[in-house]
Amino acid sequence: MRYKIPLILLPMLMALPISSIRAEDYPSTYAPLPSVPTLITHATILTGTGERLDDASLLIADGKVVFVGKGKAPDGVTTIDANGRWVTPGLIDVHSHLGVYASPGVRAHSDGNEMTSPATPNVWAEHSIWPQDPGFSRALAGGITSLQVLPGSGNLMGGRGVTLKNVYSTSYQGMKFPGAPYGLKMACGENPKRVYGERKQLPSTRMGNMAVYRAQWIDAQQYIDDWAVYEKKLADKKDDAKAPKRDLRLETLAGVLKGEIIIHMHCYRADEMLTILDMADEFDYKVGTFHHGVEAYKIADKLAENGVCGALWADWWGFKMEAYDGIQENIAIVDRPKGSCAIVHSDDAEGIQRLNQEAAKAMGSGNRAGMNIPPERAIGWITSNAAKSLGIDKRTGSLEAGKMADVVIWNGNPFSVYAKADHVYIDGALVYDRENPALQPVSDFELGQLQGVSK
Amino acid sequence: MNHFKTLLIGFLATFSLAVQADAILIRGASVHTMTADGTLENTDIFITDGKIQRIGKNLPVPQDDVAVFNAEGKPLTPGFFAGITSIGITEVSAVEESSDSALALQEMHPEFNVVPAYNPNSSLIPVTRIEGFTFTLLDADPQGSIFGGQGRLVQLDGGYASFIGKPVLFISVGRDASSMTGGSRAAQWMLLNQAMQEADNPPAPTESTLLTRAGRATLSAFVINGKVIFNVDRASDILETLRFAKKYGLDAVISSGTEAWMVAGQLATANVPVLLDPLSNLPGNFDQLGARLDNAAILQAAGVEVIITGAGSHNARKQRQMAGNAVSYGLPHEAGIAALTSNPARVFGVADQQGSIQADKPANVVLWSGDPLDVTSAAEVVVINGKLIPMESRQTKLRDRYLPENPAMPRAYIKP
Repeated sequence: MRYKIPLILLPMLMALPISSIRAEDYPSTYAPLPSVPTLITHATILTGTGERLDDASLLIADGKVVFVGKGKAPDGVTTIDANGRWVTPGLIDVHSHLGVYASPGVRAHSDGNEMTSPATPNVWAEHSIWPQDPGFSRALAGGITSLQVLPGSGNLMGGRGVTLKNVYSTSYQGMKFPGAPYGLKMACGENPKRVYGERKQLPSTRMGNMAVYRAQWIDAQQYIDDWAVYEKKLADKKDDAKAPKRDLRLETLAGVLKGEIIIHMHCYRADEMLTILDMADEFDYKVGTFHHGVEAYKIADKLAENGVCGALWADWWGFKMEAYDGIQENIAIVDRPKGSCAIVHSDDAEGIQRLNQEAAKAMGSGNRAGMNIPPERAIGWITSNAAKSLGIDKRTGSLEAGKMADVVIWNGNPFSVYAKADHVYIDGALVYDRENPALQPVSDFELGQLQGVSK
Repeated sequence: MNHFKTLLIGFLATFSLAVQADAILIRGASVHTMTADGTLENTDIFITDGKIQRIGKNLPVPQDDVAVFNAEGKPLTPGFFAGITSIGITEVSAVEESSDSALALQEMHPEFNVVPAYNPNSSLIPVTRIEGFTFTLLDADPQGSIFGGQGRLVQLDGGYASFIGKPVLFISVGRDASSMTGGSRAAQWMLLNQAMQEADNPPAPTESTLLTRAGRATLSAFVINGKVIFNVDRASDILETLRFAKKYGLDAVISSGTEAWMVAGQLATANVPVLLDPLSNLPGNFDQLGARLDNAAILQAAGVEVIITGAGSHNARKQRQMAGNAVSYGLPHEAGIAALTSNPARVFGVADQQGSIQADKPANVVLWSGDPLDVTSAAEVVVINGKLIPMESRQTKLRDRYLPENPAMPRAYIKP
């Protein structure tokens, strides 16, 4: 059965009073912060599209990139001489738990895993986000301008993820990336089967994992069919047209089957990833990105053929059985085939602060293994490929005219342990300045702590 | 055995020949001696019989069968310290039967010692040492008690008895331990004091005790002659630790020490070193509100010996990235290297074996492709106790199995 709905029909369906497809609930209230047109000159620019421009300029105005390379800037524009410095797109982390496992990591802040049922696509990570997590400020100092916050991996279907702009706000809605598609976090392997197996519940095995996923997709197909019957009756003005009851679980899954919600699937082992791709064929949906994938290097060609991104760590391994075969060339090997989409992700409040260093390690490992990966390619692992994974690549993730002015000025080559973000811009607004404490946000939680301590 | 006059080594292709050579000559390195001699540019070192025999310029090749490496100015350092880890104690963290780092008993057993669980054939050892790490401190993880138990330094040459230095005792105080002691960290000090008093004055056989006879003997021994590592973060707990150590004459080392910078002066006065994770900059809990990236720099400037730890067992190789970040936030570069070499060697009493490059000392050295603290550089030559380490691990073999594209047969037939 095919559940793809042509995009052209979407606006029509959205106009219906009640529908299986809903307009944005909990809408974004994000608005770009104040900005001034800014010209950055004499920089080494990694565009995120695979290019490196030396002694180049970048003009940003009205929240957008105006030109990259050379161009005419208006008189009196704020100008930053970036001689000796490097400029990249703002970094994007596709796998974060900031806000849902906030610092301090007290039990009261443990909001990322609704481990009361193995399939909870009805929960939304955004409803757990604490916008005062100090981790957002640390990530910003590391050049992170957008991030996806995901539920954890205790469940097979952990719930919806949300993409944020990395700005402080009283609400998560004030951070929510406008118009970014939702993600559905799913998980393979050890975690779900351990969590539920220990309770003598389904699933306790990998085959049990598969059985639960498949049952969920079958329910979702039925849900779509029920709504289609109703909508047909409504269109035909039948008296017995009665809307099916809304079901949050199936609404999310139907969104996946219709291609509106992107699958982000935690999966370590190569064989499991291939099984998941078969399941995606069975139910005619697409896996957007495999996350963690420590064995992704074993199926790099298959991932590229299927257009699936691999969001990976540079060097994590061995913490559980399914992570035993990790190698440091994983990202570089996944990046190798034509059409690949390799991503460096963090899954970590420390790692998100140094995504550039993680990418540098992966680049170095790949180059020592005989690949020839220059910085202008590796930067895509933490910018444009990440944007593609989140479905926001038309708007951010690279420095091209018309895109969001999400920009980092680094004090040098970002592929170094000594690199620091000097300036971070989000939608053209200077939201972090390393030299200016007034432009370094502090969360409510940290304000006023340790008052007697001289810093 | 190949009897070439001199084996001039291409770094990867002919490495296996070099591993068999009797002697090693590294030419033209930038030698970070980590002694008063500082860094010697364009200097050779000659290694044979397990030791650094000579350090100098344009050394002659004194014998046949010498593996010669032309460093071309690259840095040569002492082998790095992998931090407090469970390398050789844990194979897969979540696989309980492969993990022996913790005693999950609620009672106090300072006599617990992880050393008999050490397995030199663990895959973690090659994974770690080919990244330039030559020694680690085996952890005894406090999982149920304030006392973690005892660990010891081990050299990563894969020997069954490669332990060096004396046992160290791990004690954990503060947030993590409060749940083990009735809910209050004040009770930790109460119980620790009682334990020390039991060790001092053996109780009558009829009295109920915190410790076993072996536990009392352990504590007595450490008072006389041993390092006690206190895992502690909050500034007030660190000061309490200093008082406790002074009261009982314990040779204390602080580990974790997130807020150590706040009491840097007191730590320097007490001559207590700090093992820390330089990447810790988040208030992970209420003991860590003062976390900051220049903790190491502030402590070092105050005269406290700083040692890097915290990358864990499997990814211990991240230690040098951590040191690099400490340097990025104010620690002098040479102090960053010292935090991985001479400082841990001196603090744990093995400076005669690890932590510096000196003539007549066991040869534990690493030649790096570039700045050893930067993320794109790597170890090229690793020598442990005078022996060249084959630059192979289970991970390099997996890499070499999967690097070829489109093999005709299943990869199970590719056995690098």
